[in-house]
Amino acid sequence: MIAEKRETRIESPLIFEKSVPGRRGIKPPKAPDLDLAALLGSQNLRAQPPKLPEVDELTLVRHYTGLSRRQMGVDTHFYPLGSCTMKYNPKVHEVAVGLFADLHPYQAPETAQGALQLMYELQQDLCEITGMDATTLQPAAGAQGELTGILIIRAYHASRGEAEQRRVVLVPDSAHGSNPATASMAGYTVKEIPSGPDGEVDLEALKAELGPQVAAIMLTNPNTLGLFERRILEIAEAAHAVGAQLYYDGANLNAVMGMARPGDMGFDVVHLNLHKTFTVPHGGGGPGSGPVGVKEHLAPFLPAPQVVKRGEAYRLDYDLPHSIGQVKSFYGNFGALVRAYVYIKMLGAEGIKRSAALAVLSANYLKELLKVEGFRIPYDRTCMHEFVAQPPEGVRTLDVAKGLLEMGYHPPTVYFPLIVKEALMVEPTETESKETLEAFARAMGEVIRKDKEWLEGAPYTTPVRRLDEVQANRRPKLRWSPGE
Amino acid sequence: MDYTPHTEADLKQMLERVGAKDLKDLFRDLPQAILDPPLDLEPAKTEAELMRHLRDLAAKNQSAQAGFLGGGIRSHHIPAVVPALAARAEFLSAYTPYQPEASQGLLQAIFEYQTMISELTGLPVANASMYDGSTALAEGVLLALRESGRMRVAILKGVHPEYRRVVKTYLDAIGAELVTIASPADPLPPETGAVVGQNPDFLGSVHNFTALAQAAHAAGALFVAVVDPISLALLQAPGEYGADIAVGEGQPLGNAMAFGGPHFGFMAVRADLVRQLPGRLVSETTDLDGKRGYILTLQAREQYIRRSKAKSNITTNAQLTALMGAVYLAGLGPEGLKEVATRSVAMAHALAEKLSRIPGVELATPKPFFNEFAVRLPKDVLEVRAALARRGIAAATPVPAEYGPNLALLACTEQHTEADLDSLAEALREVLE
Repeated sequence: MIAEKRETRIESPLIFEKSVPGRRGIKPPKAPDLDLAALLGSQNLRAQPPKLPEVDELTLVRHYTGLSRRQMGVDTHFYPLGSCTMKYNPKVHEVAVGLFADLHPYQAPETAQGALQLMYELQQDLCEITGMDATTLQPAAGAQGELTGILIIRAYHASRGEAEQRRVVLVPDSAHGSNPATASMAGYTVKEIPSGPDGEVDLEALKAELGPQVAAIMLTNPNTLGLFERRILEIAEAAHAVGAQLYYDGANLNAVMGMARPGDMGFDVVHLNLHKTFTVPHGGGGPGSGPVGVKEHLAPFLPAPQVVKRGEAYRLDYDLPHSIGQVKSFYGNFGALVRAYVYIKMLGAEGIKRSAALAVLSANYLKELLKVEGFRIPYDRTCMHEFVAQPPEGVRTLDVAKGLLEMGYHPPTVYFPLIVKEALMVEPTETESKETLEAFARAMGEVIRKDKEWLEGAPYTTPVRRLDEVQANRRPKLRWSPGE
Repeated sequence: MDYTPHTEADLKQMLERVGAKDLKDLFRDLPQAILDPPLDLEPAKTEAELMRHLRDLAAKNQSAQAGFLGGGIRSHHIPAVVPALAARAEFLSAYTPYQPEASQGLLQAIFEYQTMISELTGLPVANASMYDGSTALAEGVLLALRESGRMRVAILKGVHPEYRRVVKTYLDAIGAELVTIASPADPLPPETGAVVGQNPDFLGSVHNFTALAQAAHAAGALFVAVVDPISLALLQAPGEYGADIAVGEGQPLGNAMAFGGPHFGFMAVRADLVRQLPGRLVSETTDLDGKRGYILTLQAREQYIRRSKAKSNITTNAQLTALMGAVYLAGLGPEGLKEVATRSVAMAHALAEKLSRIPGVELATPKPFFNEFAVRLPKDVLEVRAALARRGIAAATPVPAEYGPNLALLACTEQHTEADLDSLAEALREVLE
């Protein structure tokens, strides 16, 4: 461990700094001599070749292997990043994806029946799990799913002649930032609804804002405090009474996956994050996948194409006259779909329900342990898959996070949701053992008992120590330049 | 089976500690009427059962590896070293590098990737990645509209039709207008904020966009170039012909075709547009000890800080697939990339030559073309594609009718040999007889 830490503390040169003219890692087949100027037009050719690194294959391997050792992931460390569902990603997924790697989106559908069948079955399974009537697999990530869902709602209102009248989207103040950003991208005015003292949407404040001008309410349930919105059925009724649509942000579906369906709660649209709930690896920030499920009245507006079954054959249906159009080229992040499909088939209904329940149990157990260690829990009741904690008075959340790094843990999400000061949003997930949770709680306790000087200097043995963010913002240096 | 570690004893102790009598009791806050519904899903499978099922499913597909299908996705060889490195568990199982001390590996890799994209495009600033080429274009166009303060986009018909559809969806969302123009020489509509061209275009033709970029600037618009990353080994960089924004699809750089995704989109811009950029951006900086390190920067552009005022709602992007691209580019270097591009060009021109000797087949892409071209076929393209597939050849991407009747796209890569070209030519001859 010490040797490894010493190694990671060594400065890591850029691949460009390892470049030696004439070296080559990947060696493609030789190209014939061509008169490129004659073939492509001399005025169309570039003056200088791009300055890409020149390294041999072993240098390439050592470089990226070295970088991977300067990186924490779920496979190396406990990673309780709230609202991100950093659970274990089964290795079988990666093998499964390899079986479908060589398919081209424009090959004849008759020659891709296996892939289309997989997509069709996944559409069905996601409908079943969410309680929706139809699903699109096209959106590339959760935020794109949000945009797709909101555009579907807009198209629905337009079809009823209410596009001009409904200009407002209501979003709770505890919502993920992508919700208001999405509503803006769809041209809506965003109105924030305050949370009540119990951490849930203030129903009276919500009702006061509801009216014929409202297009949709976007809700995360459980919300970002990890609390289930207990008045959800009432909220749905109030929304529908004024003709508004209820949108479900699926970022936190892991808590209730299979145990309660957004469709049964009264939601009209739901997006899922397959890279959270359905164990598609997060990949350092994507690629993800954000399928959208809708109730029947919204199905005509789904993006084209849809995967349909005609007799025994699977087809891509582009003939959707009321569709909002296309949100991404081709049919979605197919590789992510394969992984989610594998996960669902592997778990079955019982495994899905049990996983959700154990995610909730893990969070509640860890919450109890952290209370004993001296953390404050601003909304202390049975939480769902995550909860929000605060360090004791006088200790900064940022310092807790940096201290945890020194102890070998990836910190929880910090300073979110915005409605809790010094928030630590903790999501342990169902794949972590009881011992891991206990060791983590002890580490959290140890961190807050460290002296101020130690805390403010932490971390010490990570590849770098605290970085100068201000410098990066004032004088961003966004690429390497030759001659440095 | 699931992936939870809990023993019966664990469960008992944990439930007791949290004061719940059983697992279902943890859901006491939920309306009981909707709790624990029956789910109509297939029974759980073991890993062995599942793999057998997946192999059966995969057997219903026909590989398009080393085929000739074009249209934005191509079958280049993927060197074994690319997935071996990019898909290392540490990268695969990490998330957005919000904690830079724990994420120097990814952050440095992204910084290097940004440099490579900047080199390819000839523009100084590249972001950390977008979902794919089509959404990179949509976001690039929105950027241009924010910068120009206008609500009209002129797009060349030569831009990939699916990209145009995606742009239309994003523009409809904000009420902006998309005007399609047939040729770079056509006059621009008034009050245009963004002009978009693709090089090589959807049918494979190479353009010089210098005049179009000038015309765009003269009209007060930004010029957005959609480019193929492999072509940039040889062709003028967008920065050289005056593009303000360059975007494109990263799949050809070491990513499997994967039935259309996941891949990555790239985006590079003029230096003064940096604060308008959507998505993540990594900067070099120093740590407390003065050591070099990397960090996410200019985050005030992003949704989790600015909420409804953000430049985009993008959050998760395509980091892992972009990393594949970076490893691919670093492995090839400038000479290797040039060889991939040159050999692809050579094969495409040799194929065009062979196919145009077949009676009834006509080259439909104006020269010069790069590694891809369209032919007009004397028979229905869907039938031809299916007939070629029955002969084991993935080829003839159907071209939408707006480009003309019975057109099929064919793409070549460095993987192809003369023998492959002859097989395709022979098969096509048979199919058309």
